[in-house]
Amino acid sequence: MAITLEDLRGDRRRTRTERAVRHALQAAAATSILISALIVFSLARETWTFVTQVEWASVLSSDGWFPRRGDYNISTLLVGSLIVTVVAMIIAVPVGLGSAVFLSEYASPRVRKTLKPTLEILAGIPSVVLGFFAISFLSPQIVQRFFGATDLFNLMAAGLGVGILSIPLVASVSEDALRSVPMALREASYGMGARKITTTVRVVLPAAVSGLVAAVILAVSRAIGETMVVFIAGGAGGGALFSTNPLQPGLTMTAAMASQATGTDSVVGEALTFQSLFFVGSVLFVITFGLNVIASRFVRRVRQRY
Amino acid sequence: MALTTPASVGSRAAERSVADQLKKGGTDWAGTGFRLVLLSALGLSMLILATLIFNVVSMGLPVFTSRFGGFMSGTLRTRPEEAGLHQGLVGSFWICAFVVALAFPLGIAAAVYLEEYAVDNRFNRFVNVNIRNLAGVPSVVYGILGFTIFTKALRSLTSTGRANGLTVMSAGLTLAVLVLPIVIITASEAVRAVPNSLREAGYGVGATRWEVTRTQVLPYAAPGIITGLILSLARALGEAAPLILVGAVSGRLATDPSFLDLSQLRDKFTALPIVVTTWTTNPNPGFDQLAAAAIVVMLAIVIVANTIAILLRNRYEKKRS
Repeated sequence: MAITLEDLRGDRRRTRTERAVRHALQAAAATSILISALIVFSLARETWTFVTQVEWASVLSSDGWFPRRGDYNISTLLVGSLIVTVVAMIIAVPVGLGSAVFLSEYASPRVRKTLKPTLEILAGIPSVVLGFFAISFLSPQIVQRFFGATDLFNLMAAGLGVGILSIPLVASVSEDALRSVPMALREASYGMGARKITTTVRVVLPAAVSGLVAAVILAVSRAIGETMVVFIAGGAGGGALFSTNPLQPGLTMTAAMASQATGTDSVVGEALTFQSLFFVGSVLFVITFGLNVIASRFVRRVRQRY
Repeated sequence: MALTTPASVGSRAAERSVADQLKKGGTDWAGTGFRLVLLSALGLSMLILATLIFNVVSMGLPVFTSRFGGFMSGTLRTRPEEAGLHQGLVGSFWICAFVVALAFPLGIAAAVYLEEYAVDNRFNRFVNVNIRNLAGVPSVVYGILGFTIFTKALRSLTSTGRANGLTVMSAGLTLAVLVLPIVIITASEAVRAVPNSLREAGYGVGATRWEVTRTQVLPYAAPGIITGLILSLARALGEAAPLILVGAVSGRLATDPSFLDLSQLRDKFTALPIVVTTWTTNPNPGFDQLAAAAIVVMLAIVIVANTIAILLRNRYEKKRS
């Protein structure tokens, strides 16, 4: 008896289930696109109102960010974010990178297994906890004692807190990059008689450099987007004067958004106060999005190479 | 100079002899120093973690020893000796419930689609890139989404009249959206790690794609998926910034419903990280201890969750390698 096409088609009910499941799963995957669309939509409308109606003189040349009285000097927030990010990276890059090199190149599997959870637990600590730690320990014990800050609330303490939060991110992304360097490169180096330090510094690190750059960029993006540490430890509630001094209170883009939304439903103040929140959100979104796109380019470069 | 191995000695001694000749240059100071620098980087992370935990525990301990029950069952008050955590616990419980009910199934489904079903075409590549980008969007921006969509546009669904959309339902939906990309990414990794031979065996006996996924791929990937779910839940528990945008109450919250009271879903709310923020920023120094005690409760939950996730992963990694 010959097999017909009908025999190969299989059970009708199973085919139907198969098709229904595929559609359901596809719909689930497509919700991610809906979310992106909603983010852009949420930001776009009020941002457009702000951009078209604001007096640009108050955005570019007023003396600070005081949305409730119509001073929208965005560079105050950009400089605040920059200060926090630089302080954070001074902590996170050496500590994170050093930890990653140790775990990937020096630690035995057993040591690695016992020490790595430290970083994973650090990664799980909520940012409000770092905010509390920043004003109860980092600011009085480090910033005020060694740098002579007069104000308990200052951007440097906030930056240190954000830096601690970013250590695990730098460590895990760079460790992935280091471990993806093929063993053959190290063996070749040893075969030439190079010592461990020479192999690590002259062979492994250069080979992994794209991934290390990606780690730093991702950490910068994370630091710029971090809200609660700066909201708690930065100390500027309603607004901030333009300042480049890390030892003074200040606002970042994120903290400005959070403090503007605190306590009130419809934010009171000048006509565009409410919209300015969305404007800052858009600037923040564009900056972090750009950084993430650049970082993923670097990550892909590592993957393609090895 | 050539390395020489005396023929008369055993292999152990030969090894030692070669090692001695190699080390003739003396101790490798640069190498040892470098190793110490690296170790101290990791040591600093541990020191920071230890200091942080010691700092909060020593500050929060008096609250637990003097009035543990009152602290866990009390509400947000203006006097520190009366205030408690109960409303925050209830709010965070419901936020996590929304994450479990929405982000978990949606995230796993999306991951299964991307790893098992999706062919390499433009649309699926776009979805993949898009999810990676979503994971990098700052949490405050998700707060803006929550504010515009859940508290404003869907107000009639998420809120009773007096709450103005600033409800635990809006907050739960917002955080479900926030952790969705993380769930998808971690679940995808777990599904990708399933060996192809399992799938091929399934197809070989005539199973359909969904049958293979359901009976072979998902059970094998389960430990990895669950690890990711636990970590995402811990993340949702600690996230405060988006909740500020969707109007978590930081001052006085009139209602204090029990855990399973469904009517609170469309009412005003607060949450653990918001309570921590409120007490930390309160100028009355009496609240410092309360903030520390609330942090101890939150850290206990988060660290236990993380430890379970790490152990689960290590156990299955060992079993299968």
